[in-house]
Amino acid sequence: MTQNNEEKVEIQEEDTQKGRYLTFKLGDEVFGLEIKYVTEIVGIQPITNIPEVPNYVKGIINLRGKIIPVIDVRVKFKKEPIEYDERTCIIVIDIDDMSVGLIVDNVSEVVTIKEDDVVPPPSYKTGFQNRYIKGVGKSKDGVKLLLDCNKLLTNEEKQNINEIELRGRQI
Amino acid sequence: MTDDFNTYSEPMLEMFMFETNQSMEQLEEILLNIEGNSTITDDDINEVFRIMHTIKGSSSMMMFNNISKITHSLEDLFYFIREKKIYDLDLTRLSDLVFSTIDFISFEISKIEKGNEPDGDESQLTSNIKDYLDSIKNDHPDQEIILSEDEGNHENFISKENVSPNSNEFIAKIFFQEDCKMENMRAFTLLRDLEEIISEVSHTPKDLFDDEEAADKIIEDGFNMVFRSEEDYDKLLDLLKDGMFVESVELEEVEDKKAKSEEIKKKKVDLEEQKKKTINETLKNPFSLNKNKNIISVNVEKMDMLMDLVGEIVITESMVTKNPEIQNLELENFDKASRQLRKLNNELQDIVMSIRMIQIGPTFHKMHRIVRDMNKQLDKNTRLEISGEETEVDKNIIDTLGEPLMHLIRNSLDHGIESTEERIAKGKDEKGLVSLDAVNTGGDVIITIKDDGKGLNREKLLEKASKNNLLTKSPEDMSDKEVFSLILLPGFSTKDDVTEYSGRGVGMDVVKKSIEKVGGNIQIESEKDVGTTINIKIPLTLAIIDGMKISVGDSIFTVPTNTIKESFKAKKEDLIKDTSGKEMILIREDVYPVVRLHEIFNLKSEKTSLLEGILVMVETEESNYCLFADEILGEQQVVVKPIPGYLMQYTVKDSGVAGCAILGNADISLILDISGISNKYI
Repeated sequence: MTQNNEEKVEIQEEDTQKGRYLTFKLGDEVFGLEIKYVTEIVGIQPITNIPEVPNYVKGIINLRGKIIPVIDVRVKFKKEPIEYDERTCIIVIDIDDMSVGLIVDNVSEVVTIKEDDVVPPPSYKTGFQNRYIKGVGKSKDGVKLLLDCNKLLTNEEKQNINEIELRGRQI
Repeated sequence: MTDDFNTYSEPMLEMFMFETNQSMEQLEEILLNIEGNSTITDDDINEVFRIMHTIKGSSSMMMFNNISKITHSLEDLFYFIREKKIYDLDLTRLSDLVFSTIDFISFEISKIEKGNEPDGDESQLTSNIKDYLDSIKNDHPDQEIILSEDEGNHENFISKENVSPNSNEFIAKIFFQEDCKMENMRAFTLLRDLEEIISEVSHTPKDLFDDEEAADKIIEDGFNMVFRSEEDYDKLLDLLKDGMFVESVELEEVEDKKAKSEEIKKKKVDLEEQKKKTINETLKNPFSLNKNKNIISVNVEKMDMLMDLVGEIVITESMVTKNPEIQNLELENFDKASRQLRKLNNELQDIVMSIRMIQIGPTFHKMHRIVRDMNKQLDKNTRLEISGEETEVDKNIIDTLGEPLMHLIRNSLDHGIESTEERIAKGKDEKGLVSLDAVNTGGDVIITIKDDGKGLNREKLLEKASKNNLLTKSPEDMSDKEVFSLILLPGFSTKDDVTEYSGRGVGMDVVKKSIEKVGGNIQIESEKDVGTTINIKIPLTLAIIDGMKISVGDSIFTVPTNTIKESFKAKKEDLIKDTSGKEMILIREDVYPVVRLHEIFNLKSEKTSLLEGILVMVETEESNYCLFADEILGEQQVVVKPIPGYLMQYTVKDSGVAGCAILGNADISLILDISGISNKYI
């Protein structure tokens, strides 16, 4: 019985999250992140640099005792970096129990985009950011590029982690 | 059914796995003893029989039929051996059978742990055991012994035949210890234990398994049984009292027309009076752990949470007491109170740490099995010597150590120890020796794995490394130590042929990784034909260290205090540069290399002259060197937090950072990896 109830609650929760995206801006472009990955949004924090990481990994922040790496999405998408200001935000996403902070210019709103309004991204294989885009969402105030959170830690990167973990298990 | 079982009887399942795992370890120990002494004693046989019997009972109750079948057949085997008092056994074959059973059961248990069905096929193993039983039966044909049949159902499994005219009827009421749990299973086990000597059993509660209230009823009214037996009253009473978790027994002999009239005896036996017995029992029987009321077992997760919490408290404490807002105020009472708080926190921390410390002994003893199997497989003759088993290490570290140790032992036997002929030819003791040792050196534990095998071959290692493009220096420039460290690189394996145990090329680098994961490091020493020694140095505990904060530009680094020898301002006349421009400093007639932190971490700092900043001399196990920083900020206890998983894909770990710490003002400080820096930059 209780299990059934729990399941129901879970389904409901998923329902309320489905099709809902948190949108943020990089310059003029609007991106959307599936809300279920987002755990919180914080203002820019003091960042501690870490040696020997790619330039888009800015370092680590202390989020109430939890240490979280932060990525500058601008740099990741090969855009011009800008100075952080009071509008700059860190979106903390949680994928497979791994928390990562995304530094973006500013966070706009949460929108609902129906599945029918999402079209697959144009298939330029060369585009840098296209690799991370799952679809293009249409809503009344313009199009939004919907990001694939899993791919944001790019395929190869995620694979690396998996490999490390796998190898760790094999010994 | 089984699904429901898994969902609704978690505690039962957990108990089952806990007990079975412990039994397996115990069994393994007995077996290794038997092999070591090359004899089997009555005690051994009884123990194995008892263990098999218990697992058979509990597993059939948990509906793990394959486990119950295999234990049943092994039980039959040992029953035969016990009853016929056979000692001229083929011990190798016997222990092989038991070992494969242990493996089988452990594997099935691991499946259950992962939430899968234990679906392994036991039939091959069972038939092997049967074959063996048949073969000893043929050797000892004088007297037929009736083996218990495998009863499919759990009720009324005790045969109602064989009612002997000499048997008397008994009524027994048994109470189990208060917190033994699974009373219905205990009752079932008890019945099984007695199955050989009692008959015409009826008991309440009738249905031990399908009746959900059975356990409660037993707690309430005791387990009541009526049965017939040929044994006399005292013997039965003893047997019942000896049953696992039995708290008290009331046994009554019923006057029976079949039996000659005898005085009705009624006794209540309290086990409390027989402390001596209980102690013996506790030594023999790991399940009686619960008997010792002073020990509780706690879920590790709770311990981890407690540890985290204590860590947060330590941070918060410095946030409060070192708060910048009160920094320049004279607050006598506040200072007094905060000193008190600090003292209490330290005590709390020590206690929590000590709870988490467990002895390394069991981890070491598991290696006996590896050595045994490898000896067999590779036809080598090696013995394992263990010392320092009472050394205590943090639970988390122990957990990570098992696999690497196993791998290193395998390597030693596979690559290190020579074959017997080779050893004789070399004039060595024909028995190879691998020793495992653990020493506590204050801040660290050093684990040494030493073999007296052929040692590492410098030329071969170099050749292999250059073939795999792993060389970064020209071979002539490399010290032996550097050459030996090559085997720790990914994709390096010296053994030409791959064996079942090692040499798959994924070995040592993974060992190194897992040791590093807990903040340790590996050193290899080796001498040709004398042997190889591998030293693993690991911190006693992961969580909290004393650190010295030093600043470089805007960044604050933490240096573990136990690595710091001294700190000082440099004098111009002591500074030297070698021909390649590397900076050194002369202190008390010794020359030490200087590592500029702002250079290795690419930081902007205003103090770029060695004369302006401060030098901190740190020591590693090989050498001492000086770190150049802007200034020393002070000492602080810090909670070590691992570098986030996402960053592990980059080479952060090798860059000289051991972890992170959160400072009193909520800033993050990187904890320097002193030996890592030395390896990389000197």
